[in-house]
Amino acid sequence: MRKPDKHTIACILFAAGAAAVGLMTDDAYYLQVLIFIGINTLLALSLNLLMGYAGQISLGHAAFYGIGAYTTAVLSATYGFSPWLALPAAIVMAMAVAYIVGRPTLRLTGYYLGMGTLGFGMIVSIVFREWHSVTGGASGFVGIPPLEIAGFAFDTDRSYYFLVWAVVLFFFLLSRRIIDSRVGRALRAIHDGEHAASAMGIDTARMKLHIFILSATMASLAGFLYAHQVYFISPETFGFMASIKIVTMVVIGGMASIWGSLFGATLLTILPEWLHAFADYEMMVYGLILMLVMIFLPQGLTRGIIDLYESSRKKHDQ
Amino acid sequence: MSSKNKHRITAIIAGILTAACLMLASPAGADSAKDPIKIGGIFSVTGPASFLGDPERKSMTMAIDQINEAGGIDGRMLEAVIYDTEGDPSRAVMNARRLINRDNVTAIVGPSLTPTSLAAVPVAERARVPMISCAAGNRITEPIKPWVFKTAQSDIHAVSSIYKHLQENDLTKIAIITVSDSFGESGRDQLIEQADDFGLELVVQENFGVSDTDMTAQLTNIRRAQPDAIICWGTNPGPAVVARNIDQLDIDIPLYMSHGVASPRFIDLAGDTAEGILLPTGRILVADILPDDDPQKQILKDYIEAYETRFQEPASAFGGYAFDAINLLAKAMKGTDGDKNKIRDNLENIENHVGISGTFNFSETDHNGLAPDAFVMVRIQDGTWELVD
Amino acid sequence: MQEFLQYFFSGMTNGAIYGVIALGFSMLYRSTDLINFSHGEFVMIGALTMVTLTMGFRIPVLPAIIMTTICVAFLGLLFERLAIRTVRRPEPIVLIIITVGASIFLRGTAMLIWGKDAYAMPSFTPHPPIDIAGARLLMQSIWIITISVLIAGSLHFFYKKTLAGKAMHACAINKQAAWLVGIPFKVMILLAFGISTGMGGVAGTIIAPITMPAYDMGTMLGLKGFCAAMLGGLGSLWGSVLGGFLLGILEALGVGFISSGLKDAMAFLLLLLVLYFRPGGIISAVSVKRF
Repeated sequence: MRKPDKHTIACILFAAGAAAVGLMTDDAYYLQVLIFIGINTLLALSLNLLMGYAGQISLGHAAFYGIGAYTTAVLSATYGFSPWLALPAAIVMAMAVAYIVGRPTLRLTGYYLGMGTLGFGMIVSIVFREWHSVTGGASGFVGIPPLEIAGFAFDTDRSYYFLVWAVVLFFFLLSRRIIDSRVGRALRAIHDGEHAASAMGIDTARMKLHIFILSATMASLAGFLYAHQVYFISPETFGFMASIKIVTMVVIGGMASIWGSLFGATLLTILPEWLHAFADYEMMVYGLILMLVMIFLPQGLTRGIIDLYESSRKKHDQ
Repeated sequence: MSSKNKHRITAIIAGILTAACLMLASPAGADSAKDPIKIGGIFSVTGPASFLGDPERKSMTMAIDQINEAGGIDGRMLEAVIYDTEGDPSRAVMNARRLINRDNVTAIVGPSLTPTSLAAVPVAERARVPMISCAAGNRITEPIKPWVFKTAQSDIHAVSSIYKHLQENDLTKIAIITVSDSFGESGRDQLIEQADDFGLELVVQENFGVSDTDMTAQLTNIRRAQPDAIICWGTNPGPAVVARNIDQLDIDIPLYMSHGVASPRFIDLAGDTAEGILLPTGRILVADILPDDDPQKQILKDYIEAYETRFQEPASAFGGYAFDAINLLAKAMKGTDGDKNKIRDNLENIENHVGISGTFNFSETDHNGLAPDAFVMVRIQDGTWELVD
Repeated sequence: MQEFLQYFFSGMTNGAIYGVIALGFSMLYRSTDLINFSHGEFVMIGALTMVTLTMGFRIPVLPAIIMTTICVAFLGLLFERLAIRTVRRPEPIVLIIITVGASIFLRGTAMLIWGKDAYAMPSFTPHPPIDIAGARLLMQSIWIITISVLIAGSLHFFYKKTLAGKAMHACAINKQAAWLVGIPFKVMILLAFGISTGMGGVAGTIIAPITMPAYDMGTMLGLKGFCAAMLGGLGSLWGSVLGGFLLGILEALGVGFISSGLKDAMAFLLLLLVLYFRPGGIISAVSVKRF
């Protein structure tokens, strides 16, 4: 039997830790925070595949998050479908939109790609706001039902916590497999130099489109999980600032790092809760933290802290 | 390389587990009769809706201090725990959870906006904690949710006040221009819905963005439709731009605004172009010129004086929503010793509570409790407010 | 006709604003390959400083504009020196996040200084709206349009005729080569930041009378300005001005003939179309191969 690799061990440890936390804590507030961390981790991971590994920036990723949330909301609340039927619909919807938008957009590079995805994100969030009869408009969509499977409803915080983190874990393992596969190597080749990659025989356009679609699917799934947890959605959750926040999670956590996504999502979810003590200074402090982290640890906190730790240990050893 | 990697992964896992453990250290909460009763506040203190959240936060702390100075509720002091949503619904959900599960609050006041309130509603409902929202949208209390109340006047009444005034002045063709956020949208829905009841014809509807700086294009469309009156629904600064642009285009028909601009700031912003604008507002703006027999006159004067001496800024109707909410809660909490079920029942039975926004009469079928007469129509004249009728 | 003219005026006013902001983006990009996502916040600070100087300290308009521009440009210099230059690994994505962080920081600081309310200030010259064939144009709009074109003109002059401008252009083309011929590129980057943010400050001062400035006005203005810069061609000065006017006029026509609710969506749709079919912008100054 093949010896399990380090990532698998880390995932098992992580799963055990997550399960222990889920079983031990009774505080619904913590569970709620952890659920949001899980959803944000999924978002950050989805964008990290696109941005960290394939090097394609997206400033409109929250659009797919919103597409997932609104598709399931409309199907399950307005038309009364089971959420489990709405789930594939949300995924197909995100994939279709990603395909249509991705084909022309991914031809762009650099800031142009950033602006293209930003424009797409803005259009989607305006559609959520203005398509009043379907989406409930600016004041939001109410009455999304809880998830249910064979008579068991995921309506408690604990059950939902396990659901979210099981999904996150699944995508951790899946991402690792993709990254370590031929596809992953191709993606990194695209990141390092698109022309070189295509000269090596990689179909860069197709590869980028595929990772974009996968990324959109994951974001849409995160939207699905969000909608059935909060029971309410409104356009600003999926607007421009949300897209920027996802990018920030990826960069702060560490690009091209699966664990970095977890770290970035955790930090950016908890930080506002901590900064609450600063009251009116909160916004200022938040901006300052972002800047300082990027100035001094441009590789992201995960790598940055490890590097600091290792260099201090080296000094200590000498 | 491999050992370095292993260290990395171990370090990360250790970090995450430590963080999780730290978060688990929950505070010890004991409930004795001497402890203060905690009341949670969720407001948009910063962000685009800070003009609501900021005076709401200040008014809430002020109301609680006043109650405590007067001896508290049955000898127990009140304590405010206030969180900021920045107008983000997910933050509202987290704040509500935090207040209920961690701070063990007895009741929640806020959130400030319709979307944040709608997001917090399921949390309060499931935890069975009384919540008094400070937002305008009708959907918060319609349909009735057992644990959710609200103190801000509904758009329904604001619209009917304007429409009644239009009817009395024989203006039948109206144009509406609304801001594209939840406030404007909720107003637009009501404006469209009630137009038929008052025999009015909506000839044109326009929108403007929250941060738009020029509305002459929309107003040109409105002018082309030749309405008898224009109704603008929004919060500062958009409506002030509309007022200026109407002046620029020399459109000479009556202009109505919503209660969203019912603050002295609007007159500052619109300057001379504010002259002659009509709007429905709570009585707070016209407290000075109210007749002496008005039941609200005294409480309004007291509130304005207390607020202005303490915070050195003009009082507005917005802070009144939170002030009313706290006083209603205080009334409902008497003799309940913090029992949430009893507080809820008492709230639902409050009658003739004279507050800042109007006289509240809650019932099983009405969790807003205000009648159309919570609004008066005012006209802006010589840089100040003047009662019409 | 009268209505069309009115839409056109409305579009020109907004367009000139977008244009000046776009110039700031383009100018910085041209010299440093950087997009400053906090540019909108410098515009906001310019507008609020202008309000304070003219309303609070009763300083006349022209000196107030100059003082504001200097203040904002100085802030830009500080920002470059303290945040941008100290970055350990100046990759584009890292710089984007830093400027996003700076925008949040500046917004938070402005909120503490000026509070959360909007301000009003009178037009530069008290003149009633001008009637042209039944359509009405504000005097302030004429100021805005004139000053925007003046700024674009002087930038053009700066790049073509002055030594510093030519040196800056050389840095943009190739940093190493510029350094070899003795151009201090660090100083040039600093200077580019100062000019770019200073232009943001000017944009703020001229729009203050018509926009009712508040601490949170910067984000949308920055976004629209960025959009205009992309439309016209990032890096091209006249392209940015043109992109601004185009965006403003199309928005106004969109409101007039289609729907005011979808105005912003149309602006971004137009942007996507330009990116797909003519990615260098309408006036493409550079090939789309940077980053």
